[in-house]
Amino acid sequence: MSAQDEIISAKNLVAGYPDHIVWRDASFSINRGEFVAVIGPNGAGKTTLFRVLLGLQQPVSGTIKVFDAAPNRGNPHIGYVPQRHVFDADTTIESLELVRLGFSGKKWGLGLFSHEDREVALDTLKDVGAEDLAHHSLGALSGGELQKIFLAEALVSKPALLLLDEPSSNLDMKGEAELLRLIHDVIRSRNVTALLIAHNINPVLPYLDKVMYIVNGKVATGMPKEVLTSSGLSALFGIQVDVVRDSRGNITVAGIEDYHGCQGQ
Amino acid sequence: MTFNLNPWIDLQQVLQYPFMQHAFEAGTVVAILAGVVGYFVVLRRSAFAAHALSHIGFSGAAAAVLIGANPVYGLLLFTSAGGFGIAALGRRAANRDVEIGIVLAFMLGLGVLFLSLYTGYATEAYSILFGEILGISFNNVLLTIIAGVIILILISLVYRPLLFASLDEDVAEANGMPVVLLGIIFMLLVAWATSFAVQVVGVLLIFSLMVTPAATAQLLARRPRRIIVISVVIALTATWLGLFIAFFEPYPVSFFITTIVFVFYLFVRFVTPRIRNFLSGFGESVIS
Repeated sequence: MSAQDEIISAKNLVAGYPDHIVWRDASFSINRGEFVAVIGPNGAGKTTLFRVLLGLQQPVSGTIKVFDAAPNRGNPHIGYVPQRHVFDADTTIESLELVRLGFSGKKWGLGLFSHEDREVALDTLKDVGAEDLAHHSLGALSGGELQKIFLAEALVSKPALLLLDEPSSNLDMKGEAELLRLIHDVIRSRNVTALLIAHNINPVLPYLDKVMYIVNGKVATGMPKEVLTSSGLSALFGIQVDVVRDSRGNITVAGIEDYHGCQGQ
Repeated sequence: MTFNLNPWIDLQQVLQYPFMQHAFEAGTVVAILAGVVGYFVVLRRSAFAAHALSHIGFSGAAAAVLIGANPVYGLLLFTSAGGFGIAALGRRAANRDVEIGIVLAFMLGLGVLFLSLYTGYATEAYSILFGEILGISFNNVLLTIIAGVIILILISLVYRPLLFASLDEDVAEANGMPVVLLGIIFMLLVAWATSFAVQVVGVLLIFSLMVTPAATAQLLARRPRRIIVISVVIALTATWLGLFIAFFEPYPVSFFITTIVFVFYLFVRFVTPRIRNFLSGFGESVIS
């Protein structure tokens, strides 16, 4: 793998605050086009990783490079789908307007005579299969439909790296499977690298190139078959963990019931 | 004065008086400002913060009256400081209802003290609390117009980043937008718009121009610029109609303005959906 293909590289990275380290000694590299799941219990520091990559939080120590440079705020090569959005049923603004802002929201002025953002936004909505939602109010959309719009908002500026913070957390199993398939198809067609925070490894497992576990202040990254082993997870969690695969390839991680949200079943 | 039932003659009658001309001039600027800024207030769910600013402004206006200064200056000074303080406290500060409520109650009490120390208590208190547009001076009209133009230019400059940060703050921040600075700019815009709107409807009725038109407009359109235009049209219509009716009737302008925007809201909230549903039966949509 050439250095050009390395989108993210971290060496001995420590994240958090000087008086409260969230995780330490993380060394990993993410290459162009890879789909990576970031798994870990609530409060383990998954979103902290994203904040470091986005340049919103400085690492405590160690080195981190994104596109061969230190992370900086407003990197146009990164698209971001946060976990939290403030919309409710009263938000009447149409979806297209939100996606347009993903393209032109950084520009000053009214933009009265610029329609480029509208065209690009419509194209992106089409790419995520949401063109028919363009003129629907955000507040009237279902969870799955909203996630498509957020995905379009993140993709509209044509980023090379996509950070998705639990995009499927409020979806049922069917909706989650559809969304993950869509994300996979879109990032493959656009050759985008994606890091996706998830609680459940199984729905995303068929699409993964790498998995990153963040547990107990430690970070383990590698191919799924390397990381998702009884010995590997036992060492990471510090307790006996058993990884069992069924005939359909589903993984059950047993012995970590106290670590809410990271079970593999 | 009585209606002639001929709007043109009635309007000529209203506008022959300089105090009514001033009221229409200032009211027009205030309605445009409130209609525009109000949209961001509604979008950011900062109605309570905006309400608090008007109460903070009350003590500023009362303090100005006490020392013999123009109440508008007191309003501007206090609301600007209050707006800056609320925004600088943090990105979620505008939604800290309890803390804001505590501060606004204290500021209201301070305003009452200032007014009690002033001999002309009743008249001044009434005009600050409920507005007194019919008594606006030429100097204040001029000040309102100049400030209005400056505020609208500022809004047009920050329009898209402010809209982005208001609608999806975390993504805007990740995109490098200075969301805290935009929050401060927003609260200052609210502070200034409030300071001038108080002249028309007073601190207690500020919602009638700062929130109701935008909230109504939001029900009628789905694109921000269109919502803002409708919000301004509603605020303008209410202000002009309110002034017009108040000229002939012995009741306060602010009462008519609040009533008109309220009727607008009720109509749009409860009647328009039925019309929309009725029309959708024919495969038409005339509103969005």
